[in-house]
Amino acid sequence: MNEQLLGLVTGLIFGFLLQKGRVLRFEKQVGAMLLRDMTILKFMLSAILVGMVGLHLLAALHVITMSHKALNLGALGLGGALFGVGWAVMGYCPGTAVGALGEGRWHALFAVLGMLAGAALYAELYPTCTTTILAWKDLGKVSLPGLLGVPPWLVIALFIPAVLALFAWFEKRRL
Amino acid sequence: MHLKTADGGWSPYLAGALAGLLALASALATTAVLGKTSYLGTSTTFVRAAGLVEKQVAPEHVTANAYFTKEKVRVEWQFMLVFGIFLGAALSSLTDKSFKLEGVPPTWAQRFGNSVAKRAVWAFLGGAVAMFGVRLADGCPSGHGLSGLMQLSASGFLALALFFGVGVLCAHLLYRGGRHE
Repeated sequence: MNEQLLGLVTGLIFGFLLQKGRVLRFEKQVGAMLLRDMTILKFMLSAILVGMVGLHLLAALHVITMSHKALNLGALGLGGALFGVGWAVMGYCPGTAVGALGEGRWHALFAVLGMLAGAALYAELYPTCTTTILAWKDLGKVSLPGLLGVPPWLVIALFIPAVLALFAWFEKRRL
Repeated sequence: MHLKTADGGWSPYLAGALAGLLALASALATTAVLGKTSYLGTSTTFVRAAGLVEKQVAPEHVTANAYFTKEKVRVEWQFMLVFGIFLGAALSSLTDKSFKLEGVPPTWAQRFGNSVAKRAVWAFLGGAVAMFGVRLADGCPSGHGLSGLMQLSASGFLALALFFGVGVLCAHLLYRGGRHE
């Protein structure tokens, strides 16, 4: 199988599951931000629990390699905050905007066009960013257990019950 | 806990857990096919797509740009993955009758009115700001949120906390104060 076909098949299944979970709706995204409907957090955290256990098993067996993104504090701080603002206004994240178009919500097209413009703008300003905000405080490509100096399975053992307790709370409050 | 929702969708716990299995299968498959484990993500594709569009009008400009050179403007694995999300969502919604043509999201219309033009302008601006942010942060809720947290990346935890924290704050400011008259 070639690279492009693998990407297409993976995306097709991913889009199918996102749509079945009703995660692609503007209503669900804004509902989560208004703390009224936790559908997208239920979806994300369920995927994370399964993926977290599985990836660490596969990495321990040396059949895959982890790929951490840099803990670049300035870039994550400013970039993360800008995304939060844009997400609230747009009502989608990049992947869900494309998916929403697939289920007929054609207003997501304007969000997609805006994101293309944002990407083009970033490409223009990238040289300036590399010498300023990106150069400020980069702690490197580290994992949370690595940063804390504890084994990953300890973090996983604490993360799982915390998320399950959160799920129980969501159900109790009918979020 | 119900496996199906009232509108014929699946429980988000079930659909999410299956997406977790997909992430594992994808990690294995990309290691085999690409020779390097690749993780689910979407936002770099917007850079490549913008580069492909700019190439039509100013090819030299794209070749000379450091960011386009770094991310390589071509239709690769993730680009097709994003296209696949579109097709998968279409397939799922057309087969369970949840496909609906919609010009303004109902939640938005309740607060800001039915104008398509007004929604379009704000969606465009929100999209531009959000994408600039995720490129600076080097990942979106898929790359940092799903893939980052699965790997226990320190950056994933910080990014997701900021995405959600600032999103909650801004949404409350935006949607506070009742309905559009």
